[in-house]
Amino acid sequence: MLESNYTMAEEARETLAMHPQKFAMWLFIVSIVMLFAAFTSAYIVRQAEGDWLFFELPSLFWSSSLILITSSGTMHWALVSARKDNLGTLKLAISLTTLLGLGFLVMQFLAWKDLVTNGIFFAGSQANPSGSFLYVITGVHGFHLISGLVFLLIALYSAFTYRIHAKNLTRIEMCATYWHFLDILWLYLFGFLLLNN
Amino acid sequence: MATEFNLTTHVEVDHQHDHDHEHHEEGFIRKYIFSEDHKMIAKQFLFTGLLWAFLGGAMSVIFRLQLGFPDLELGFLKPILGSWIDETNKLDPNYYLALVTMHGTIMVFFVLTAGLSGTFSNFLIPLQIGARDMASGFMNMLSFWFFFAASLVMFASLFLETGPAMGGWVVYPPLSALPEAVPGSGSGMTYWLISMALFIISTLLGGINYITTVINMRTKGMSFSRLPLTIWAFFLTAIIGLLSFPVLFAAALLLIFDRSFGTSFYLSDIYIGGEALHHQGGSAILYQHLFWFLGHPEVYIVLLPALGITSEIIATNSRKPIFGYRAMIGSMIGIAILSFIVWAHHMFVTGMNPFLGSIFMFLTLIIAVPSAVKAFNYITTLWRGNIIFTPAMLFSIGLVSVFISGGVTGIVLGNNALDIQLHDTYFVVAHFHIVMGSASFFGFMAGVYHWFPKMFGRMMDAKLGYIHFWLTFIGIYLVFFPMHYIGIAGFPRRYYSFTSFQAFNTFADLNMFISVAAILTFTAQAIFAFNFVWSIFRGRKAPLNPWNANTLEWTTPRLPGHGNWPGKIPHVYRWAYDYSKPNADKDGFTDFIPQHIPLSQTPHSNLEYENELMQKQNVTDDLKVNE
Repeated sequence: MLESNYTMAEEARETLAMHPQKFAMWLFIVSIVMLFAAFTSAYIVRQAEGDWLFFELPSLFWSSSLILITSSGTMHWALVSARKDNLGTLKLAISLTTLLGLGFLVMQFLAWKDLVTNGIFFAGSQANPSGSFLYVITGVHGFHLISGLVFLLIALYSAFTYRIHAKNLTRIEMCATYWHFLDILWLYLFGFLLLNN
Repeated sequence: MATEFNLTTHVEVDHQHDHDHEHHEEGFIRKYIFSEDHKMIAKQFLFTGLLWAFLGGAMSVIFRLQLGFPDLELGFLKPILGSWIDETNKLDPNYYLALVTMHGTIMVFFVLTAGLSGTFSNFLIPLQIGARDMASGFMNMLSFWFFFAASLVMFASLFLETGPAMGGWVVYPPLSALPEAVPGSGSGMTYWLISMALFIISTLLGGINYITTVINMRTKGMSFSRLPLTIWAFFLTAIIGLLSFPVLFAAALLLIFDRSFGTSFYLSDIYIGGEALHHQGGSAILYQHLFWFLGHPEVYIVLLPALGITSEIIATNSRKPIFGYRAMIGSMIGIAILSFIVWAHHMFVTGMNPFLGSIFMFLTLIIAVPSAVKAFNYITTLWRGNIIFTPAMLFSIGLVSVFISGGVTGIVLGNNALDIQLHDTYFVVAHFHIVMGSASFFGFMAGVYHWFPKMFGRMMDAKLGYIHFWLTFIGIYLVFFPMHYIGIAGFPRRYYSFTSFQAFNTFADLNMFISVAAILTFTAQAIFAFNFVWSIFRGRKAPLNPWNANTLEWTTPRLPGHGNWPGKIPHVYRWAYDYSKPNADKDGFTDFIPQHIPLSQTPHSNLEYENELMQKQNVTDDLKVNE
């Protein structure tokens, strides 16, 4: 509006800019990283104070990790299919990802049941903070995974209504970013728990 | 002056051109309640923040009455406080603690975080970087409504039978975790935690939006080295919030589990009435680590926006470029980084290893360096400036004053040896009320006086502003300065009464003096309230650029509509601080050249490097054409 009144003006430089929604997604991921940084550092601080119960991690965590890694693979497959406009494989891949995500949650729940049968409780007089921390860390991760599943279901719905294709990738790209992040976050948490046990 | 009129007419002409394009009216609900427009959301934050400020201030008056006049009959407050006043017409000690806790929570989070950042980040970021709105208007709306929900829950907790939270604004366990400890740790504390969880979500939604907008939505030419310092401050504040609030969320979540689900993260070996509680193996210090990892950055979340606002106002009203623009940015980045590695200076007396304490002392004292850079830059900007004492300018200079006097006591408190004597005394209260409370409040007020014309299209009354400033400025020094002496004498904070301690009787007069000063300072805010409300409806209509400022918000119409600029968004060709540039008169400008004026329009006043820059940009333009 204003510069139009001047007959001669040098060109103003373009500023750096990214896709705002994708950028905001990355910032959201940063806040989740900080949340788990808080939990894991609290874990270390508390462990250093002694009176800490050491126990075997449920072996189901290995299988659930495998499932989650596979789901990351299928998620990537979905993304690649969407880029190539293979809408049939996109639907298959994204459905598989959703199922694997659900499978992961079921495995985590079964792992909790294993913990309880082994006498590792979340709360109560027999609980040690080491067990409580395990429940909180896996539980809060599970909660975020549910949010990822909701995102996946939205993407699934858009895939089945043909709203995701090579020219409309934002939604599935953001979904993939979030899903891979949740996968990597779990691998970090599992590795952290393994190293500190 | 001629230039100014010229610019004004340009804007008006364009305005008429594009008028119909902007004239779709929204319904009342979309426009004023569930609005996605950043200016309306900013006003929502402003009104809610100011209401909370008056409520929080009124609370402090009540507990100051108790501290300054321990024998006073408070029966006359019964109509307001009800059962908080007991049968002997005294303030119930539990509710004294509730008032202290609520005053802290409200002021730190609801007024100086949401009220200050929420108002000015929302209002100024799009207007000053040249954007139509925030990156996501919807998220922005959610941010306000989460804050509003947090406000409602916190407000509701005041009416609980067992009272609101009473464990201090830091809500340390075990006090806050066990309802047996104090009545407020029952449902009051639950309400507090719910409210804070909502508040954290609001802050994160807002912060993500602010960062995204500043990075991705700047107009052409608005490089990082041309951003006004206000934007730099809001940007860094949002980053600090994004990194620290999730940690508070973690702390609160573990506290919720301890309180309601029977875990033992923070609780261990507690006996109540001879009975051992089942909680085993928790660590109360762990909570303090998590809390202060947010708590210390929170100080800068509160302070940095005020410093940014001050930078802008001082440069504008000194009619001089800000001294050390890059040093200002550098010092803000320095403060932001350091704020994350000093949290344990709040915990010197928790039995921390003295060697570790020394490290935290060292890091804490380093903050004095960037802070001093800022203070000196403010003073050198003022130095030999052509100062115009608007109310906003007075509050900004007042901020510099309290920032220095409060910062100096920070150096005292940052020493882990001195902290053994001073910890949890009124010296601490005096320190943070001056450097964090008053400084941020002054920044808040400066911002309101300065951007009121842009928010409401009318001017606030300057005379009332001057009276408000002087009463507030003198008032807060009268309130908080004597507290240093009381603190050195060893008065602990949060105590209901000092009359039973022989050693403290000599300070009864001083406490009375502080209370009288506090009541007068609080009363003086009524002048502001009147001025604010009256000016919204009856104030003098504001000119387009009342302070002759350079930033982009003053190129918008008097009452910017949805999208801010009726026509194209202006591009930016220079930094925001071209005040009193030599030879500007030869280019037809007075003592300021706004950011959207191309360098090619000001050949006489351009500096050497600006001419080179202009050449370069023209050359690249030619190259583009050739391609």
